[in-house]
Amino acid sequence: MATKEFTIPEIQEYIEVPDAPIPDATAHLSPFLAKPMHQEPLGFPEEVVDDWKGETLEAMGDLLGKYRGLRVFMDICVKCGSCTDKCHYYIGTADPKNMPVARQDLLRRVYRRYFTFAGKFWGALGMPGFVGAADLKREMLDEMYSYYHQCSECRRCSVFCPYGIDTAEITMAAREILARVGIGQKYNNEIIGKVYTIGNNLGLPERALEDTLEGLEEDIEDETGVAVKLPLNVKGADILLITPSADFFAEPHVDGLMGYAKVFHEAGVSWTISSSASEAANFGMFIGSYENMRKISLRIREAALELGVKRIIFGECGHAWRVAYSFLNTLAGPFDFLDQSYPIPQHILDFTLGEIEKGTLNIDKSLNDEMVVTFHDSCNVARASRIGDKPGSQFTIPRAVIKAVCNNYVDMDPDTIYEKTFCCGGGGGLLTDDLLELRIKGGLPRMTALQTVTEEYGVTHMAAICAICKSQFTKILPYYGFDMDQIVSVHQLVSSALILTGQVDEDDDTESGEEAA
Amino acid sequence: MSLAFAILFYVATLVLVVGVAFKVVQYSKTPAPLKIPTTPAPTTTSGVVMRMFREVVFFESLFKSTIWTWIFAWAFHMGLFAVLFRHGRYFHDLLPAVIVGPLKYAAFAMIIGLIGLLVRRFAVNRVRYISAPSDYAMLILLLLIGISGSMMTFVSHVDIVGVKTYFDAWMTLDFDNLILPPDPVLRIHLFLVAVLMLIFPISKLLHAPGIFFSPTRNQVDNPREVRHVAEWAEKL
Repeated sequence: MATKEFTIPEIQEYIEVPDAPIPDATAHLSPFLAKPMHQEPLGFPEEVVDDWKGETLEAMGDLLGKYRGLRVFMDICVKCGSCTDKCHYYIGTADPKNMPVARQDLLRRVYRRYFTFAGKFWGALGMPGFVGAADLKREMLDEMYSYYHQCSECRRCSVFCPYGIDTAEITMAAREILARVGIGQKYNNEIIGKVYTIGNNLGLPERALEDTLEGLEEDIEDETGVAVKLPLNVKGADILLITPSADFFAEPHVDGLMGYAKVFHEAGVSWTISSSASEAANFGMFIGSYENMRKISLRIREAALELGVKRIIFGECGHAWRVAYSFLNTLAGPFDFLDQSYPIPQHILDFTLGEIEKGTLNIDKSLNDEMVVTFHDSCNVARASRIGDKPGSQFTIPRAVIKAVCNNYVDMDPDTIYEKTFCCGGGGGLLTDDLLELRIKGGLPRMTALQTVTEEYGVTHMAAICAICKSQFTKILPYYGFDMDQIVSVHQLVSSALILTGQVDEDDDTESGEEAA
Repeated sequence: MSLAFAILFYVATLVLVVGVAFKVVQYSKTPAPLKIPTTPAPTTTSGVVMRMFREVVFFESLFKSTIWTWIFAWAFHMGLFAVLFRHGRYFHDLLPAVIVGPLKYAAFAMIIGLIGLLVRRFAVNRVRYISAPSDYAMLILLLLIGISGSMMTFVSHVDIVGVKTYFDAWMTLDFDNLILPPDPVLRIHLFLVAVLMLIFPISKLLHAPGIFFSPTRNQVDNPREVRHVAEWAEKL
């Protein structure tokens, strides 16, 4: 699999789109296949079914009838080429099948052949290729498996498509079809299995989670002298915090979690984490499985009911926020038992900005003065959901929070932020080491933009609000000559500028420091 | 021959109308189980109508994406619509000559746009890679329609009165007056138009009705406020 030697792309002055595609440049990239033990708990066949062709077409027909997006997108692409230079994986690999339309065509050629008159007609004449159709062959499923796992479902192409065709929808459908045929991806399916049996992606059992949270409480107290709680399974708490399990121990995620805890502490609200829903992530979305996505979402509803909370707040996570913001009400609603005067669910940044604006947080921006910060918009927040109450406030709220806690902030190239943001390279269920080559190459556009602001403005840190982005950058930054700790959580910045009530370690300068800011 | 063309056009019209109606019904009956607007998206229905209007009339997303494609595509489509509108004159004098007179030059926008799109398909490596033979064929078909039509307007005038009489008869099923002027350019033009009508509902030309059903563009961004559940999903 991903064992072939490869070269790390060199950062150029600008993001350069490969003009001449290199066919099959990354045809060798394919994530590990799910074993029977990973397929079975999700309701998929343990291995490739005998009638793979019939099953492929049946699954495809089923999805075409269930998803208007898929049906319409299969029909209406005019091959204008608008998307061909927009995908970070194409920019990083030059493999033409990483151009969004070419990726879509891997499924569309089957659709054309078996579900349209034109494809059936030319297929019967032995010339399906005339109308972009193709007879389904077994190796085409392997090719689909490879290239539909070279898409991070980031939706950048859909921003630029004149019809809004969203390759993410097609990737999800293709992965679902493949899984139903018995070709599943190990990384995603194994993780979903862990969520079902243990409660989170990392397989962290309740006891370990309890210890972890206690350890974090001690860390905060050691540092500040203030006893900040990270409560677990507290019945009757007002707020249920749902956060990606990486927040419990991965760096820099955990610094963000301590940031949430400090903000909740200063805001004086009662909150809790649930051990049965100790995971915001929902990899059911990545594999395009409505049923699995729904099943994972329902845990959150059950936890909220069981603990009797009034509000649900999500921690920093991109795809989890998409599922929470865009799908949770659909999948696990209605949430009529929660306090309707707050957004359901609410994003932690929305909460924190509210507290900053209310003035409940004592912030000393100068404590972050050694940093020059930029912000990486996460694709699922930027293009698939919203934070706050206005279209586009998913861009302004994170920046407002960062600027409230940091004196030095600059944006990256306008073509690489807001809804034009580039994926980190590891989203969509690709954050696995068997796809390291793809992840490194896919990170090229973001690394280029970061390099530019590093040179021009002396940027030292890039903040993110997604667990996958943070893990991905931690991994790939060193390959591009950066340090792995240059990626930070937004709430880590909040945390380091926030002076807790009764905090002992900071000296008297803090008062004047705040006034100067 | 006049009758053959009449039958061809009856069939082509039937295929176009029934075919597009079938696809529109199919699109509207297929549920969209999840809210997937490409954000930032409007939070109200009127906002979505405006977004769709900008997309359909100005090709907003394409404009943001690739300026040369936008120039050629917009010139072609706007030229096409102007020319189509002008064709009202050939059916029962629906439009006065004053209005349609200057619109004849729109044909040049259409042709230039099509040539631009065709050249782009050959010349840009990435676009050439994703093009199927039918993609070229459709551009050539449209180009030949535009050129043959323009020839009748600008080079060798066709017997317009004869064409009007023919289509009046065609529309009223008056088979006695179904006499098509024997102009070869006219016949080529009409034949190609019929082909275009026939392939419309079975090809990518469905993008015209299809865009209105594109969930990333036609959905309101309000998933937290309004619970959105598809029928099949409710049964789970």
